[in-house]
Amino acid sequence: MKQSYKIEVDCANCANLMEEAAKNTIGVKDAVVNFMAQKMDVEFNDGVDCREIMRQVLKNCKKVEEDCEIYIL
Amino acid sequence: MNLKQKKMLIRIIIASLLLIGFHFVPMHGVIRFSAYMIPYIIIGYDIIRKAYRGIINCRPFDESLLMAVATLGAVALALYQESHGLAGDYVEAIAVMLFYQTGEFFQNIAVAKSRKNISELMDIRPDWANIEVNGEIKKVNPNEVKVGDIIIVSAGEKVPLDGIVVEGTSSLNTSALTGESIPRSVSVDDEIISGSINLSGLLKVKVVKTFGESTVSRILELVENAGSKKSKSENFISKFARVYTPFVVYSAMALAILPPLAEIVFLNMPAEWNVWIYRALTFLVISCPCALVVSIPLSFFAGLGGASKAGILIKGSNYLETLSKVKTVVFDKTGTLTKGIFEVNAVHHNRIEEEKLIEYTALAESASSHPIALSLRKAYDKKIDMTRVKDIQEISGNGIVAKIDGMEVIAGNGKIMRKFGIEPIECHSAGTIIHVAIDKNYMGHIVISDVIKPESESTIKSLKKIGIKNIIMLTGDLKKSAQFVAEKLKIDKYYCELLPDEKLEKVEELIDGKNILAFVGDGINDAPVLTRADIGIAMGAMGSDAAIEAADVVLMDDNPLKITSAIKISQKCLRIVKQNIWFALGVKFICLILGAVGIVNMWLAVFADVGVMIICIMNAFRALFVKQCYKY
Repeated sequence: MKQSYKIEVDCANCANLMEEAAKNTIGVKDAVVNFMAQKMDVEFNDGVDCREIMRQVLKNCKKVEEDCEIYIL
Repeated sequence: MNLKQKKMLIRIIIASLLLIGFHFVPMHGVIRFSAYMIPYIIIGYDIIRKAYRGIINCRPFDESLLMAVATLGAVALALYQESHGLAGDYVEAIAVMLFYQTGEFFQNIAVAKSRKNISELMDIRPDWANIEVNGEIKKVNPNEVKVGDIIIVSAGEKVPLDGIVVEGTSSLNTSALTGESIPRSVSVDDEIISGSINLSGLLKVKVVKTFGESTVSRILELVENAGSKKSKSENFISKFARVYTPFVVYSAMALAILPPLAEIVFLNMPAEWNVWIYRALTFLVISCPCALVVSIPLSFFAGLGGASKAGILIKGSNYLETLSKVKTVVFDKTGTLTKGIFEVNAVHHNRIEEEKLIEYTALAESASSHPIALSLRKAYDKKIDMTRVKDIQEISGNGIVAKIDGMEVIAGNGKIMRKFGIEPIECHSAGTIIHVAIDKNYMGHIVISDVIKPESESTIKSLKKIGIKNIIMLTGDLKKSAQFVAEKLKIDKYYCELLPDEKLEKVEELIDGKNILAFVGDGINDAPVLTRADIGIAMGAMGSDAAIEAADVVLMDDNPLKITSAIKISQKCLRIVKQNIWFALGVKFICLILGAVGIVNMWLAVFADVGVMIICIMNAFRALFVKQCYKY
């Protein structure tokens, strides 16, 4: 399953770090951060709770970049 | 400016003022140290906090940490000097932090601004639709409008959904979609696409597609997804950034430790620890790969934005990159170089007036729905009076015999003429020839052919000019018409009489792995070929879902010059990307060397870092400005 989330991040390098952090979250198959569009596309593994995983993704992203925000619907 | 940016600006101003103020106040010792720490904390507290968090989360090569180490190191050196009775230089640490934050601040504003500009450019989303319910006009969300509803579009409004005009005439500005600046005039029964702007009259439009399926939604989807497909350059940069920073940090450590040790061991000199530590700290300042990491995606984003402003949708940075390297362009003739519409081109050897000949032929063909018949009726351009036509006989594949105004009219190819004992005059033109005989007397023939687009010739010329090595045309048509078009347009090579699957085979043959091949099709029947080519370009494809799906580049209208524009845009964008990579790396590399030998101090290092970044961002922005190719 694929979902797109609006994000807020100030620097391009941090966006790359967020992408890395999201990719390494358990339950996430693949993630792409589009810095220019301030968007994160996340592909989840089958049968997982997206909301729960996204909360974890946000936590991991906060670790690498304090100032970031992901708007989980 | 948002709140964060305003706060930053205030911090920068206060810290600068304090720094200048302290310069004129005589202070000594601990008081001087504490005083200078005030602007340092004001400007750098968040960096220090981030650096601290970086250590806690085990991420040593965070740029905040590097800045924190570099500046705190500088402060420590100043304290060391102080302890030796010299006046320590605290200004340097503060200035470095100040420059760094100012750079970040500018970068923030530049990126936010360009993002806003480019997004606005692409914002063709309609906010509402006016629908008529029981004679009253209601403003509704375009999502709620159903197929078959009648919507009203007044002057100045965006067309919210695709539809057919049922009432009114107007002209539409389609530039947001096609890049075409000349307004298109529409009247009853014309199809209009969402996203265009109604310029003059009031239109009543019958909706044919839901909002989700309409042109505007599909384009927005394409544009929004474009940035997520990353190019090789972008991937290279993010990989590079991952290697570069640790490399510089280790080099800095080596620079701080090895030369002083060498001085002690080999030269029997006292070690100049403070000199080498200072140089190592300068290294750390240069270690941030910001200029590259920001400007490369920004260049691509601007390139994609500029292209879509010109009516060229490129589905991702990776395609933009491939497009810039195209060396072979393969055209599917019909619909790209030619209009794909059959038109009466000429009337030859006519014994009666041209109009009369066309009139009789159009009447004879009145019952047929064949494209040839349609083009004849279009050339006749008057209402067909069916009562004049009797006894229509279709002789399959050859022609038609009919009674018109009591006369026997035979229209068709040479075979049917000879069958009725009439000797036709052969024609030398390329195209379909309709011979006409009335009451068994030969009356001349009509040439119907596909028309070459007016821009085709200059397209081929311009493609050659921008460095396309091979231009190849494929067509299902007969050799005669293929040769005619190829010669007229000066195309090097053509393959004719190809069935759709043979076109795919031919393209596969032409892909040689060395030269990047772009295939241009009109989107009808050629989706597999569009997918197979290195780059598939679909033209005027707004109508064909399959083509949009399959193509990598979608041209919004059917002007072939857009192909040249697209390639030029991509080449310009890649040029900018390369300039930025070389410039940023070059300056950093030079600074690293000069820093190591002690020529560049920390001031210059941070200035180089920030300055390069700002220049790169400004350079990236150039990719947005696109010159349209209308003529050559």
